[in-house]
Amino acid sequence: MKKECVTMLLAGGVGKRLGLLTQNIAKPAVPFGGRYRIIDFTLSNCLNSRMYTVGVLTQYSPLELHKHIGVGKPWDMDRMEDGLTILSPFTVNDGGSWYLGTADAITKNINYIEGYDPEYLIVLSGDHIYHMDYTKLLQQHKEKGADVTISAIEVPWEETSRFGILNTTDDLKIYQFEEKPMKAKNNLASMGIYIFNWKILKDYLEDDATNNNSNHDFGQDILPAMIENNLSLYAYRFEGYWKDVGTINSYWEAHMDLLEDHLPFSLNNDEWRIYSHDSNFSPQLIDKNTSIHHSLVNNGCVISGTIDHTVLFENVEIKKDAIVKESILLPGVRVGENAFLQRVIVQENVTIPANTRIIANSDSEPVVLSNENLESIS
Amino acid sequence: MGLINLEHEHDFLNELNYFRCGAATPFAGRYRLIDFTLSNMIKSDISEVAIFTTSKYRSLLDHLGSGADWELNKRHGGLFILPPQWQEATDISKGDLRHFRNNWDYFETSKADYVLISSSQFVSNMDYQALFNSHLESKADITLLTTHYDLLPEHDACLKVEVDADNQVKTITNDTKNPHVFSGVYVIKKSLLYALIEACIANYKENFFLDGVITNLNCLKVHSYYYEGYSVIINSIDSYYKQSLALLEIDNYRQLFSEWERVYTKIGNQAPTKYNSSAKVSRSMIATGGVINGEVDNSILFRGVKVGKGAKIKNSIILQHCTIRDGAHIENVILDKDVTITEDQLLKGAKEQPFIVAKNKTV
Repeated sequence: MKKECVTMLLAGGVGKRLGLLTQNIAKPAVPFGGRYRIIDFTLSNCLNSRMYTVGVLTQYSPLELHKHIGVGKPWDMDRMEDGLTILSPFTVNDGGSWYLGTADAITKNINYIEGYDPEYLIVLSGDHIYHMDYTKLLQQHKEKGADVTISAIEVPWEETSRFGILNTTDDLKIYQFEEKPMKAKNNLASMGIYIFNWKILKDYLEDDATNNNSNHDFGQDILPAMIENNLSLYAYRFEGYWKDVGTINSYWEAHMDLLEDHLPFSLNNDEWRIYSHDSNFSPQLIDKNTSIHHSLVNNGCVISGTIDHTVLFENVEIKKDAIVKESILLPGVRVGENAFLQRVIVQENVTIPANTRIIANSDSEPVVLSNENLESIS
Repeated sequence: MGLINLEHEHDFLNELNYFRCGAATPFAGRYRLIDFTLSNMIKSDISEVAIFTTSKYRSLLDHLGSGADWELNKRHGGLFILPPQWQEATDISKGDLRHFRNNWDYFETSKADYVLISSSQFVSNMDYQALFNSHLESKADITLLTTHYDLLPEHDACLKVEVDADNQVKTITNDTKNPHVFSGVYVIKKSLLYALIEACIANYKENFFLDGVITNLNCLKVHSYYYEGYSVIINSIDSYYKQSLALLEIDNYRQLFSEWERVYTKIGNQAPTKYNSSAKVSRSMIATGGVINGEVDNSILFRGVKVGKGAKIKNSIILQHCTIRDGAHIENVILDKDVTITEDQLLKGAKEQPFIVAKNKTV
């Protein structure tokens, strides 16, 4: 059946810089925000934008991710005719290989896309935290008559060396793409969200596949080639909160961003909800003599101690006299009596024994605690 | 197969039941009363559940939907909500016999041989399998789930049993002094159920349990299965208020809500609750989607409740999506959903008689 737009969601990333957090699961499956997994934000954006034809490309450690996504029910993606399809690497008659790059992942799935005969292809990443209506992106793409539109966000000038920077005219037409420039000419950073005219992209992908020197990557190979050939590329100016939680520091910061009284970004947004699974835990129980400030708490938690600037996922227990500050506790964590934790990220189902003291310095990375490293750290 | 019989449940919760039947009353921060018995049935591998509804069931229909959130929207089994639909002009049946007579095809079509019948007023978290096994082992005609309570006013309306040394039920009465209480949950063989229904209808009776079971106690083998776990009966404002707040005691909370045995309910998709700088919460149960800037003491907040700065909430039950604005003080109060308490407003009920505000009101 024909669809105007197909969305390809890249969720195969290893997320090496997230260390222990991605040791056994893909980055988009990493828990976030007290209730969600990182990919929920992109999937919910698709749902809220009414984009229901979604291919999710997975590769690295996909078990948790596949179980979480299932057929896409929480995001209305279990549909009769389109909906969500998980696309893992596969073999064909004459071989087959792992996905070699972001562009290669799409190239290998041309058959999936052609099945819908779309005009447009949206490429998203499952790694980002943000709210976005993709129909606005598509609308500008159509209005400008562009071949490619790249969603971009203004970043502080000091940070431009960390991003792919888009150099544009006043009209937002892109004339140059600079990957992590030392001296940036512009501060519009690519968000890794692209919309292409499918027929055009298809040609470039097929071409790129034959090039053995290519890294088969959008930012490194496809887009520069398109700019060189004078295709019409435009930037879409995104306004709002957007975070790529690629490092332990940025993951931790993104959580702390959720905790101030007045938020740049709220999870509690009725206009643009983020959907996920629900484990049916009971409402949280707060004991006497507790203190809870600047924190997020999910169902199933029982709190008898103190928490501050902390995010508690579901089913976390904080025992009497325990104090937890500036931390993230994943589902099923138990914090023993009189323990003291500061700037830590505690992995799922870890039990912190009573009287344990673990404090990470503010000038070093927050510490990720798992059952394996708990003894050596405390 | 399971049956939740709501025919004889009256609207005892005043304002909370103005627009909804008892079974749809919100309870314990995120549930409705019917969720407990419904979840118990699912946990017991009962895959077909019927519900006899009577009136004001719009809320219930909205809550249950297709039964998906209780895993009942499947190829095998299902959720059958059976509102009053009386087809035949010649039908002489009355009361819940009428429900049985008019919906007998549901029971007949099922391959199950036994029916587990309950109400929505007995709140517990259990697997009915043990009850069922006891029924089979005792080779009884009917097995009643009973328990023992330190008597409270709400138990006056309950049926009480007297059993012999073999747990055979000798009498079932309304004796207000008897602490051995019948929970309203019982197992009966489908063929016997049919026979008793026919007999009741032929004799112009209205209440299946009173007229079909109790009346025939002498010629039936009725067995009692004694339940030792935590449970409460909710059939009045008093029991609703007291037993809700009783869940704030950690022991009670843990007994009703265990990590492994969850109670299923309609999925809400709310964000985790946010506690801001001036939040001060003590001895309370809070659902998700809330934003707390004030004081909450000995209270239950359902989902999406917003508490303003300087607001104080004490001994109260606040249903979903209420807003308590800055500086408001409320004590001993039950707020139905979508109520707004305006800034600096003072609202105080009595501990014995909490003040109830009906839904959608602004005070």
